[in-house]
Amino acid sequence: MSLTSDEVNRIAFLARLAIDPDKIDAYAKDLSGIMNFIDEMSAIDTENVLPMAHPLDQAQRLRPDEVTEPNQREAFQKIAPNVEAGLYLVPKVIE
Amino acid sequence: MHDKNIRELSEGLKSKAFSSLELTESFLNRIDRLDPSINAFITVTPEKALAAAKAADVALSEGTAGPLTGIPIAQKDIFCTEGVRSSCGSKMLDQFISPYNATVVDRLNAAGTVMLGKLNMDEFAMGSSNETSFYGPVKNPWNLETVPGGSSGGSAAAIAARLVPGATGTDTGGSIRQPASFCGITGIKPTYGLVSRWGMIAFASSLDQAGPMAKTAEDCAWLLEAMAGFDPKDSTSIERPKEIYSQGLDNSLQGLRIGLPKEFFGEGLDPDIHQAIQTAIGEIEKLGATVKAISLPHMHLSGPAYYVVAPAECSSNLARLDGVRYGYRAENPKDLKDLYMRSRGEGFGAEVKRRILIGTYALSAGYYDAYYLKAQKIRRLISDDFKKAFEEVDVIMGPTSPSVAFQFGEKSQDPIAMYLSDIYTIAVNLAGLPGMSVPVGFSKGLPIGMQLIGNYFSEHRLLNVAHRYQGVTDWHQQSPTL
Repeated sequence: MSLTSDEVNRIAFLARLAIDPDKIDAYAKDLSGIMNFIDEMSAIDTENVLPMAHPLDQAQRLRPDEVTEPNQREAFQKIAPNVEAGLYLVPKVIE
Repeated sequence: MHDKNIRELSEGLKSKAFSSLELTESFLNRIDRLDPSINAFITVTPEKALAAAKAADVALSEGTAGPLTGIPIAQKDIFCTEGVRSSCGSKMLDQFISPYNATVVDRLNAAGTVMLGKLNMDEFAMGSSNETSFYGPVKNPWNLETVPGGSSGGSAAAIAARLVPGATGTDTGGSIRQPASFCGITGIKPTYGLVSRWGMIAFASSLDQAGPMAKTAEDCAWLLEAMAGFDPKDSTSIERPKEIYSQGLDNSLQGLRIGLPKEFFGEGLDPDIHQAIQTAIGEIEKLGATVKAISLPHMHLSGPAYYVVAPAECSSNLARLDGVRYGYRAENPKDLKDLYMRSRGEGFGAEVKRRILIGTYALSAGYYDAYYLKAQKIRRLISDDFKKAFEEVDVIMGPTSPSVAFQFGEKSQDPIAMYLSDIYTIAVNLAGLPGMSVPVGFSKGLPIGMQLIGNYFSEHRLLNVAHRYQGVTDWHQQSPTL
């Protein structure tokens, strides 16, 4: 299979990933090659095979509903690129 | 001093032949002198190291020291280290000073080890040659024109160059075993869930597993003993009694059943590697093991399944890096969408972008069944092949990689060629099994690694087999001329 430049643009938008317009064709070529490599799977009949999500088929563990994490807002905001008055700043979303 | 293994260094510390401070200074000097040509370290932390060494010397003199007290190690830069840059090899996290420690870091600190710094790696552990690192490629100490392997290439190269006696690595598709093989050292990827993933920057959560890398299997056993164990902070951590990996390493191999999968010795395998593996298996047979031909018929599907599962999970994990809470943020964003798109577009390198795009495509509406679900079903078939094999044999052996270390640029323009260098290691991650690489010879002056694969939680047996092999060979003691 091959991916078109339009499809690469669509996926890049879904992933919120800016791709240099000069490089879209190169990505389309690389991704098409990888998808062809992956497509070897489609020749195999897996009709009655149970999908494997965890190597030991373990379920997610439950824990008591207790507060275990202390508030570390200051430590976390210290490493943020843009904060003010305890808030994370982003460009205006609502006019 | 730098040629000694961890056990020997530990004995030297206990007998006061040298102090941890002297040992630490000696390795720091060596890093200063040699690392500019190897580039194994992203960050060296001399002040923290010297302080930890002094504390270790106090523990040694007070008699409260454990086996690893005062031993210098280094952490792959995928592990969060409090107060120290934790970059994951990416521009995205170049300025990220972690506010907390990974569980693995906490455990190795608690064992008294002395961290010398953070090791170079492929960006977000995505790569097999260390060429995708934002900090430039690591050079293979055996030949500076060749790659060290990846993604834990900094860890493998630092140990091979004797810049540090032991290090951590992580392995999602071969990232401990393949660089260990390329650099002539020993490394083990444990069973999925044995070592905590807390604070280990996530790539593909259902495959990622941390493990130790060192010169010898015995050193790996000591390090793994400190690293492994249940962690309530990791939702896939396994609750089971702790094992003492450092004991029983000398157990007899009489009656050990070795399986040789025909799929590991077919087309594409370098004949020198084939020969070296045969010779190594001959040595293990002399120690009492028997050999049986086996088959893993779905092996050829591991690459395709992996390149769905790993990118799909990475596209989800890396979605958190959006330029808002931490990490790289683009300048002057015109709106929120622009902030997200440019922060990520400018912060991630080409290989990470390729994998995010593949994963996003595979998970996009209408494709889930054809890709992710299909890959999970293939995973089951691969896992069932191993299950069947382990009814007949105890350990599976074969090459770690189809070639020795390749040249810089040789595969970096062709993603598929690069992916194929992990062809023998990927299936082990898909099944969640433990796997190991041990040096077994050289071809054209470059090390060859043999892979040992065991059943779930058989780390002890793998380390035992590797240790006995290393007792009758000296490949693991060879070091490059620098």
